[in-house]
Amino acid sequence: MSQTAERTADTPVSPPAKKAVSEGKKAERKLGLWLCAPAALVMIAVTGYPIIYSIWLSLQRYDLRFPDQQKFVGLENYVTVLSNSYWWTAFGVTAMITVISVAIELVLGMGLALVMHRTLVMRGLVRTVALIPYGIVTVVAAFSWRYAWTQDTGYLAQLFAPDSALLTQRVPALAIIILAEVWKTVPFMALLLMAGLALVPDDLLKAASMDGASAWQRFTKVMVPVMKPAILVALLFRTLDAFRIFDNIFVLTSGAQETGSVSMQTYNNLIKGLNLGIGSTMSVLIFIAVAVIAFIFIKVFGTSAPGSDDGRKR
Amino acid sequence: MAEIVLDKVTKRYPDGALAVSDVDITIGDGEFIILVGPSGCGKSTTLNMIAGLEDITEGELRIDGKRVNERAPKDRDIAMVFQSYALYPHMSVRENMAFPLRLAHVDNATVTKKVEEAARILDLTQHLDRKPGNLSGGQRQRVAMGRAIVRSPKAFLMDEPLSNLDAKLRVQMRTSVAKLQRRLGTTTVYVTHDQTEAMTLGDRVVVMRGGLVQQVGSPQALYEQPTNLFVAGFIGSPSMNFLPATLADGQLQTPLGPVPLSDRIRRLVEAANAPSEVIVGLRPEHFEDAALLDEGERGRGGRFTATVDVLESMGSDKYAYFTVEGETATSAELDELAAESGSTEMTDDGSQIVTRLSAASGAREGAELEVWFDEDKLLLFDPSDGRNLTYAG
Amino acid sequence: MAVIGATASSGAKTRWALIDIVVVIYALVPVLWIVSLSFKTKETLTDGNFIPRSWTLQNYRDIFNTSEFLRALLNSIGIALIATVIAVVLGTMAAYAIARLDFPGKQLLVGASLLIAMFPQVSLVTPLFEMERTLGLFDTWPGLILPYITFALPLAIYTLSAFFREIPWELEKAAKMDGATPAQAFRRVIAPLAAPGVFTTAILVFIFCWNDFLFAISLTSTTSSRTVPAALSFFTGSSQFEDPTGTISAAAVVITIPIILFVLFFQRRIVAGLTSGAVKG
Repeated sequence: MSQTAERTADTPVSPPAKKAVSEGKKAERKLGLWLCAPAALVMIAVTGYPIIYSIWLSLQRYDLRFPDQQKFVGLENYVTVLSNSYWWTAFGVTAMITVISVAIELVLGMGLALVMHRTLVMRGLVRTVALIPYGIVTVVAAFSWRYAWTQDTGYLAQLFAPDSALLTQRVPALAIIILAEVWKTVPFMALLLMAGLALVPDDLLKAASMDGASAWQRFTKVMVPVMKPAILVALLFRTLDAFRIFDNIFVLTSGAQETGSVSMQTYNNLIKGLNLGIGSTMSVLIFIAVAVIAFIFIKVFGTSAPGSDDGRKR
Repeated sequence: MAEIVLDKVTKRYPDGALAVSDVDITIGDGEFIILVGPSGCGKSTTLNMIAGLEDITEGELRIDGKRVNERAPKDRDIAMVFQSYALYPHMSVRENMAFPLRLAHVDNATVTKKVEEAARILDLTQHLDRKPGNLSGGQRQRVAMGRAIVRSPKAFLMDEPLSNLDAKLRVQMRTSVAKLQRRLGTTTVYVTHDQTEAMTLGDRVVVMRGGLVQQVGSPQALYEQPTNLFVAGFIGSPSMNFLPATLADGQLQTPLGPVPLSDRIRRLVEAANAPSEVIVGLRPEHFEDAALLDEGERGRGGRFTATVDVLESMGSDKYAYFTVEGETATSAELDELAAESGSTEMTDDGSQIVTRLSAASGAREGAELEVWFDEDKLLLFDPSDGRNLTYAG
Repeated sequence: MAVIGATASSGAKTRWALIDIVVVIYALVPVLWIVSLSFKTKETLTDGNFIPRSWTLQNYRDIFNTSEFLRALLNSIGIALIATVIAVVLGTMAAYAIARLDFPGKQLLVGASLLIAMFPQVSLVTPLFEMERTLGLFDTWPGLILPYITFALPLAIYTLSAFFREIPWELEKAAKMDGATPAQAFRRVIAPLAAPGVFTTAILVFIFCWNDFLFAISLTSTTSSRTVPAALSFFTGSSQFEDPTGTISAAAVVITIPIILFVLFFQRRIVAGLTSGAVKG
């Protein structure tokens, strides 16, 4: 190291190296900045500032029903929320829904990805149809599931549990929420995994079968390791997405019987309770939880963030 | 038709890296000139500067006597064929070839006439209405050529136009490119990293290395009289054999045994003020199976006996590989050549030599063979700077 | 694949066909159920039959006769279209810069938009609610368009920069050598190649905006800017005592139609767009 340092110090730097970037380069930088500026400004205005504002609000007592009582209360809101059993119930529900639904989605998504990738017949049809759950408005799908499971009037309720109102019992209701969530997002998971599957060279699988690997071994020993980056990205996307679950719960149970997620809690505090201080505190807490999840994925599992450096080097 | 002059042309990137330094070449009207060298030698940068796709930092580029440094590519009236062909995927073959004419606002009748003429020359007539995506590699290459010739530009620039083709097609297309250039008589600058293409295609070849021109000359001149170790090693396939040697009292001590210098070589070496440690270079075809030669011929060369490691029979010739014990020749140029060819074969136990023997040779793998070599053909190089000590000018 | 396909037995084909049918059923049953509900008469609405016993268009007539739904549909279309156009324009500019130019802060922008893509939207609802009330944007079109643009931008930037990286930029050089000015090179060579990517991105962004529910119910309070997904949850039927199931179903079917059309016609592009943005491959 010291040698290198010495040499650079001794070598007279040629003038052009020191000269500021050339005209062409400058123009390129300027153009780049101008082109990105509008997008960056919008994103900062609608997310950057509100986040900071939200942190500030979370340190206030601020209830729109009693606006006169607004005052700085430090971390009091955090103490209130974190010592509240409703919050922890919602947090537990959210975490449970996230873990279970993402796990099921991974398995089903992998299956669907294999079907879409390998099917010998009707490949176009399967790919088209599989996109419908992805594209459909979540609220619409949620209504379909709600009416399907409504006691006496729903076809699924009649089929599986004619005598009980499943949506009004906690465990079945949560199961239905997970079902709705899984149905809607398996295709998206499958598409991401299919992109990973396309990266597994056919020759590699042929080589593995020549080496005596069974179909299952080919899948676990060759496909999954090669697809690992794609799997991790898909898991990261879906985990963060599942953690903010809202639409399905809102339509299916409105959060009754302790089926509400943290997003539901925040919404209720804001729109129904008009309590900005508490709502903001919850916002910040959710943000922290999501950041922790992302951090774990990126640091612990080594998920490569899409669009990052290595994406460009291709 | 045009004469292209590069007058001390230099390219320096904003970060200070020198890509091309002081290139001085005068390309005659109608000449076919090749820029050749390993990747990163500056040959493509030079071509891009002629094209106007990259700015010239210093020096002057003249086309037909006029300075064009500041002119945009479109105002230079030069056509270019790219390595990837760069065909417009959304246009048919016809539209691709017509594109430069359309941009020049040529009338429809002329466009049709010229495109069809070019298609006939290149045997593309039946593909005119297809999209590039539906063509084979060779056809795409011809469309790229067609787009270049259709507007009869002053010069063609070709950036490794054949390197994406498979070996057999490449040889075929090489001949077609040469024929086409002769037929049109258009000044052509052709960039390649393949020394075979360089040798077979060009009127003259420019060998570049690290942004510097090493030598400019006819293929034969480069082959017989390389100015330095780099050119000697780069031109020729299989490449020249290099061995370390010591020069003393008009004799050369080589791993193949002592070799007396011929009068011609002695004079050149003395004039060149040679050091005592040198590198001797011998081309494969300057060896022969000693058993095939008569007494007189044998006497005019050196001989050594070694075990054949590998024997490749090409039908017309036989290539015999030997390992010569002792030190190996080392120099910066040789390292670079080895890196370029991807040979990491750093044998500890001596140097590899390749010899080209007559098909009649009785050489067998694993058996000893007495090999003769032509003493008068050997070249001597200075290991410190690579210059050819036997360069006759 | 082709080789495997050619040698596959008819047994394998049958097996795949069965699996395909399972996939089709999985994807379509909930959709068909809501379609079925929308065609049921009031009397058979609650019979739990998957296929309507008697068919009617009454539910559709009802919703198109209420200003509530028409207004929501107009809001949905207008807001989603405007947000899509703006997000795609801004996204195209930024993605071009990211894919093609070298400038300081590029990594920061990519990182920031990644962050936003993963952002819990609910975290923004509270501060946006308060800010929009202060700025007079609450319960207006711009009040929804702005957050939609923001959350669509990362999607647009990723998808588009992936598309832009695929464009062989040597063509730009080739066009210059063929005598084109920079403007001609862009218009006649680059723009036609970029168009499919921009179009695909527009579809994905539109679907995203069309789908949103959380912002739509949090940042609106009246029919003046409430979109269909939000309006659905406030439907009460034509009278207070009437079950709104039929009308909700009909409205749901109406807003599902554009999605189905996109999927049917642009399946390949949607798949390409979704996967190119997320996985570099």
